[in-house]
This record gives sequence, C-alpha cells and structure tokens, in this order.
Amino acid sequence: MSPVIEVRDLRKTYGNGDTAVHALRGLDLTVEKGEYIAIMGASGSGKSTLLNILGCLDVPSGGRYLLDGIDTGEFDEEQLSLLRNRKIGFVFQSFNLVPRTTALANVELPLVYAGVRRAQRRERALAALDLVGLADRTHHRPNELSGGQQQRVAIARALVTSPAIVLADEPTGNLDTDSSREVLGILDRLNASGRTVVLITHEDEVAAHAMRTVRVVDGRVAGVLV
Amino acid sequence: MRVFEIAAFAVRGLTANKMRSGLTTLGILIGVASVILLIAVGNGASSAVQQSIAGLGTNILTISPQRAQPGTTAKPLTTADATALVGADSPDVKYASPVVSAQATAGYGDTTHDIGQFIGSDPRYFDTTNSSVAQGNLFSDNDVQQARKVVVIGSTVAAELFPGTDPVGKSMLVNNIPFTVVGVLAAKGSSGLQDADDMAVAPLTTAQNALTGYGSLTQIVVQARSADALPNAQAQVTTILNGRHKITDTADYRILSQDQLLTARTATTETFTVLLASVAAISLLVGGIGITNIMLVTVTERIREIGIRKAVGAPRSSILGQFLIEATLLSLFGGALGIAAGMIGSQFTIAGIQPVLVPSSVLLAFAVSALIGLFFGSYPASRAAKLRPIEALRHE
Repeated sequence: MSPVIEVRDLRKTYGNGDTAVHALRGLDLTVEKGEYIAIMGASGSGKSTLLNILGCLDVPSGGRYLLDGIDTGEFDEEQLSLLRNRKIGFVFQSFNLVPRTTALANVELPLVYAGVRRAQRRERALAALDLVGLADRTHHRPNELSGGQQQRVAIARALVTSPAIVLADEPTGNLDTDSSREVLGILDRLNASGRTVVLITHEDEVAAHAMRTVRVVDGRVAGVLV
Repeated sequence: MRVFEIAAFAVRGLTANKMRSGLTTLGILIGVASVILLIAVGNGASSAVQQSIAGLGTNILTISPQRAQPGTTAKPLTTADATALVGADSPDVKYASPVVSAQATAGYGDTTHDIGQFIGSDPRYFDTTNSSVAQGNLFSDNDVQQARKVVVIGSTVAAELFPGTDPVGKSMLVNNIPFTVVGVLAAKGSSGLQDADDMAVAPLTTAQNALTGYGSLTQIVVQARSADALPNAQAQVTTILNGRHKITDTADYRILSQDQLLTARTATTETFTVLLASVAAISLLVGGIGITNIMLVTVTERIREIGIRKAVGAPRSSILGQFLIEATLLSLFGGALGIAAGMIGSQFTIAGIQPVLVPSSVLLAFAVSALIGLFFGSYPASRAAKLRPIEALRHE
C-alpha cells in the first residue's frame, strides 16, 4: 500500500536573486497511513512551509509531493482546491473560524463546498461536533467560545470530510494547559481510530503524543526520533 | 444546489454589515430613481408640447422670419405681407393673422406679474389657436383699426393679478401703459416647458404702438380652407411671399406646417430628455463606482475569511460567485428600490411638468443596475478569487 504522504527533494524558495530565501532545500519525508507524526524545528527552519505545502495551501518550487498516491505537481488551482476539500483537514494555530458564523455552520463549510446535501451535512457536522465534545455549543459564534472550544470546532471542521490526513500547525500554541490537553486528547483519539495526523509543535510534551518526531533544520530533515 | 448555498453566503455577508450595505444600496437607488424620473419628466414635457401643437388644428401654417444669407438683407415680415396673402392669387388661404409677441410686465394695484407672452394680433388669432373666452369678450376688428388699449388675458395672468375678483372691465398696466381687460381666456393648461395660460392678447396695432414697435412681425399665422388644402395654400403663400420679398435663392422666411412644428419641437424636447438622461446616467455610474469601492473594502476586510474558505476547499469559482452575487444583490436591491422611488416620484408634477413614465426606461434602469453589480463587482470579486490561500490566511 502506498504511503499517505510521500515527499521527494522538496524545495521552496521565496523571492529571487540575492534576496532569495530557501525555506526548503531538498526535503524528503514519508508518512504511512495511520501514523501520528510531530514535526519540530526552530522558527525559520521551514517546518511551517512544509506543512503548508502538505496542506496544498502553498505550492513547492521544486520536488515531488504525492498525496495518497496522487502527484500534486500536475494539479492546477481548481484541482488543488478539490484536494484540500476531500483529502486534507487543516488545523491552524489561530483557529481560523469564519467570524460571525455559528460553530455548526463553520463545521458544515467544507461539506458545502463538497456539495453534500443539507440534511446529511447537518448530521455529519453534528456528529463531528459531538466527537470533539461540543454538541451543546453548535449555535454559538466564535466570539462566544473560549480558545479551546474554538480550536475543537476547528478540529471538527478538519475531520468532518473524513480526510486522508489531518494537518495541525501548532494547534496548542495559543491555548492554556487544560485546553491543550483536551485538544491533544482529541488528536490522540482521532489517530487511535485510524486517521493519519501530522502536527507541528515547539513543545516536547506535545511531540510525546506522536509515534515519531521529525526534526527539520535549515529546510531538510535532520533526524527522526522513534 | 451549490449556487443556492453560495448565494446564502453572499446574503450573510451583506447582512453582516447592514449600515454599509444600506448606504451602497442608496447610491444605486438614487441613480436608478433619477434615471427613471428624469426620463419621465423629459417625456412628459415632450408629450405636453405635442398636445399643445395638436391643439393648433391641422390646417395651420406658421410663417416666421429667418436670418438672411450672408450678403443679402432680410426683408421683415409686415402686416402688408399678411394682407397680401389673402386674395385671388391664393384661393386656398382662408385667413392670415399677423402676430407680434413680446415680454411684458403687467401691474394691477400693488401686484405685478411678468407675462410669459404678450401677443398682438387680430380677432382671428383666437380661432386659429383654438382659444375660447371664459369671461367677457374678445376684442374686435374695430379695436384693431382704432388701436384701442384693450387686452384679453390668459387664466394664469387673471389669477396672478386679479385673485378673487372679476378682471373684466378693470384697467391694468402693461409696461406702465394702461390697458382695459375685456376678456379672460379659458384655461388650456401647461404646455410642457411653458405655461400656455401665462399670456395676454391685445390688438396688433396697440401692441405695436405700445410695446414692439413697427419692425418685423414675429409670425404670420395662415389658416387654410381645409386640412387637405394645406399643401396648395403653402405653395400659394410661398409664391406670393417670394414675389414680395424678391426671393430667387434662399428665402428670408420659413413656413412651418403643424406637422413640421411638431417635429421641430419634439426634436427640442428630445434633446432635453437626452440631456436629463445623461445627467441621471452619470449618477448611476457614480453609484456603480460606490459598489466597486465597497466591494473592494469588503474583499480586503475579509481576505482572511477568503483564505479560510479556500483552505477548506472552496474553488475559485465559488469565491468569485459569492462576491459577484453580493455585488449584484446590492445593485439589484438598490435598483428595485430606485424603480419604486422613481415611479412614486413620477406621480407628482415636477417644475410644472406631469412626468410620463416610459416602461422601457424602467426595464433599462433595472437591467443596467443588475449589470452594474456584475461589472463593478467583477474586479473586486476576481481579486478575491485569485488570492493564494496561504497569502490570504497570512493577511492581517
């Protein structure tokens, strides 16, 4: 069976000429289905760039990225948006919920773009919110929720489409200890139920939840701790 | 189904900022309403002019002096010309009334009034212009011969100078010369740009004595024996006048039939309508730029939201659609309200003109307002759609 993520010689350069910044310099990474991986690295090491490319939010300058066996390099923006919708669930450090919109509507959002019917959409969104323990907060708007609750809504939104991978960019970076524990607990449960999780973190305690930790230094993978 | 969902996003986007949406709508509302209203006013003016000319009757020719060609001197139209037009050489001409007109200020007691048109002519003038007397009498041929200072006034003049009293028999001052009012004409109503009742008619000789002097006549109004005889009458009049004025090339006078008069006047009011419509179109354009502005602000303000939508898989087309629908809804809503405002406004008399709604202008204004939304919304919307997800998400 092919790996969920297969990255070969991935490069990303910002700008050009003398001012060019090489964020990724030929990075290789393979993530098998059902794995739970933590990516660590100093700021500026390229780990966020890597995750953005894995989430199809950004395109690499060179190298190959196979997602679920599909070469994303051949895709145009329209097909990439389809990939983001069907294969990827992204959790951001700053939650990134649509403001002035209820938790339920936020979780339904990816399903709307997937063309899922209203009744089924509602059912799946409610199930996802239930999974993150927010069944009683469905009609609250982001500004009526705590940081931890907002992040759980964001996770519900990431998993509602049953994506091949869940990517999380420092999901606990803006949260207090209790909320962090809840969020990490949810990610653990997700992984336990067979979903592939890749997260970025600064903290060793967070990385401890993962099966293995990938260390990124200067745009390359420096070492893998199992 | 997807379109419906995207439209729902658009509606939610608009209702999230009601004040701003409302003000943008107002811009379009004013534009559309003024297009409809001003076209209706122009149209009302031209139909009023048409009615007043149609009231002249179909057997009338109007002769007016025309500026001479360079190198020649124009002969004035005279009373003698008018007299010569009736005779054995012109069997189809029933009568020819010489007409002079001037502006004059009339006074009675402490009241003064600027009369729109002070006309000097003979008693047949009333017949040819379909004027009938409401109070008192018309003046007679004898009054003309004797140059008596008598005057028949229109209903507006009567109302302005003699409110609540019977003007007949009263003496009023016209440019400080006393005239006796012998009659009041029945009201004809407003004729587009001018009030047909704001006038006074005196005997030709009196008017020339007191006001205009003995220069060229303003007009000679010729009445043919019948409408069918009009072409013959015109030919006879032309022959006689050419002879009297020794015309070989270009005439120093102009003969207009009622049809031609109608065409000429309609052309004038059409110019007027076009002018009004273009002023209105500019305000519609300004409203459209308002939409662009607001949509650009909206897009900039919601770049993060666009990033979020893209991150969860919104294709470019749905972002484009959402913002286009927002812009179009704004302009359609404004357009619909503007049509309502224009239709209500056209029920009232504006500057003496009863506006006449043009159904096609309503349709046009509505279509234009919808297109404005699409056109002016497309730039901000495509900017929103083209954003790379990661750039949009990083935007603060």
